[in-house]
Amino acid sequence: MTKLTLAEKILSGHRWGERQAGDALPPVRPGDLIEVAVDLVLANDITAPIAIREFEKLGVADVFDPDAIVLVADHFTPNKDIASAEQAAGMRAFAREHAIAHHYDVGRAGIEHVLLHELGLVRPGDVIVGADSHTCTAGALGAFATGMGSTDIAVAMATGCAWMRVPESIRVELRGEPGAWVGGKDMILETIGRLGVSGATYAALEFGGPTLARLSIDARFTIANMAIEAGAKAGLFPADAAALAYLDGRTARAVGEIHADGGAAYARTIEIDVGALDAVVALPHLPENVRPVREAGGLPIDQSVIGSCTNGRIEDLRVAADVLRGRRVHRDVRCIVIPGSPSVQLDAIREGLVDVFLEAGAAVSTPTCGPCLGGHMGVLAAGERAVSTTNRNFRGRMGSLDSEVVLAGPAVAAASAIAGRLAHPEEVL
Amino acid sequence: MTIRGRVWTFGDHVDTDAIIPARHLHTSDPDELARHCMAGVEPGFADALQMGDLIVAGENFGCGSSREHAPLAIKAAGIGCVVAAGFARIFYRNAINIGLPIVICPEAVASAERGQTWDADLDAGLIRNLTLGTQIPFEPFPPFMTKLLRAGGLIAYTRERIAAGELPRRRATRADG
Repeated sequence: MTKLTLAEKILSGHRWGERQAGDALPPVRPGDLIEVAVDLVLANDITAPIAIREFEKLGVADVFDPDAIVLVADHFTPNKDIASAEQAAGMRAFAREHAIAHHYDVGRAGIEHVLLHELGLVRPGDVIVGADSHTCTAGALGAFATGMGSTDIAVAMATGCAWMRVPESIRVELRGEPGAWVGGKDMILETIGRLGVSGATYAALEFGGPTLARLSIDARFTIANMAIEAGAKAGLFPADAAALAYLDGRTARAVGEIHADGGAAYARTIEIDVGALDAVVALPHLPENVRPVREAGGLPIDQSVIGSCTNGRIEDLRVAADVLRGRRVHRDVRCIVIPGSPSVQLDAIREGLVDVFLEAGAAVSTPTCGPCLGGHMGVLAAGERAVSTTNRNFRGRMGSLDSEVVLAGPAVAAASAIAGRLAHPEEVL
Repeated sequence: MTIRGRVWTFGDHVDTDAIIPARHLHTSDPDELARHCMAGVEPGFADALQMGDLIVAGENFGCGSSREHAPLAIKAAGIGCVVAAGFARIFYRNAINIGLPIVICPEAVASAERGQTWDADLDAGLIRNLTLGTQIPFEPFPPFMTKLLRAGGLIAYTRERIAAGELPRRRATRADG
């Protein structure tokens, strides 16, 4: 029997078109162009407007399944200007017209890639397509989840189908016991540093190895989230006992474990010894410019952002609070903490983390993508530098073309906020 | 189809924030987006263009976000074709879906200089560098992509399939549980 990677296994079970004949089909192979039946379709307040415009051109009366479409107002919300308010209003009107069950507006909305799995909308073995490149986050629970453009999403909303090229898989073996200040962000930045920003283009990253057994689900979300930063189509984890435990109570439908077959064929395998890793940063202007923070020259910073679809979960906020507790943000730094969803925000309040942040002199915001893409809530002026737990440090990403972004995990972002420069947590504790 | 135009060169890893910075994403109007085309790497670029000009870039063009505003801005600005050593995956899909011609041809990119005049002959699969008098072949699209492009993009292709009764998929599979 053919041995299959996680990507091949999931996509083989979702072929549409040919399957209508009812014949048993052989498994897909890398390079095959196939049409897949999708389980969930996602868009946000920036990408939905174009998707809706293209949907209207298709001449269908209804979406294929109003329960399988998720629309989240998270990027420019709470709306920053009239134009973005109009975009959110258009999405809201579409949701009402088509009785979209999963439309999330301010107050109920979180960052889509934090919200989706909290709500139990991600199930192992699902195929999820989203008009947002970080849709790959859902791979942490063993779903084949991938970002596409708005036109693809328009077609998926109307037909329940999408075309795909079956990706080769690159196996990333995580070994060793991570040190105290090494988290999922350090592991994925190290992986991107090794592969390069186009090293996994058109491929699926599949994470495995002995470290998985002690990797929290929040850390897996952080890792899967940034697969796209190596160019990958998806970032997949097996659905193991820990994933099923996370899903317990969140999704009514029975789910089982999903693993790649032993002996499956990989285009490449890389090994990351996380025991040998120290906390890292990615310097401007590419996520592949990775080095240990201790070797980053103590660059001064003006802003520290802790949040986003990469690091806006409760575990991330706990790590940041552990560093900030009883300390003060440097007087020359604006530290902005953004819980990724209402439930993360509520947990942060109940656990006393928000007290820690406010007492330290940080600002705490309602959930939004905001500053990550230079939208609002923390845009940079010329000559400024931010350390940020977000996912992209392209030139001008957070504002002025003459500003800089350094990517880091929450521990380094918090430590740097205290020090006023890039700092390892051990330098401030 | 052959596109003739002046060459505008860019480097490797031109990301979607460079093509259309996010502060302009509060609109999806192609003409408005066109005014800010490449504003994240070369402000004023859109004003200097002539219809049919070519963007010629290195590896991984269009990396980063899934924003379809990026190829829309390029197309509406009047760029006739993007030739690159390689494309990021989502940008590649988006360009084909909306009917923006793109060509992968690292050999042609290697000889590119700003201000040259090129022909991109999409039917013959040739880049002609009219300034240097050279021509370089490129791999044609896989048949499925050609079919999409011939139909006029993904929306037109899907309309044909809906008319033929191949789509949509029956609804409510998710609720079947």
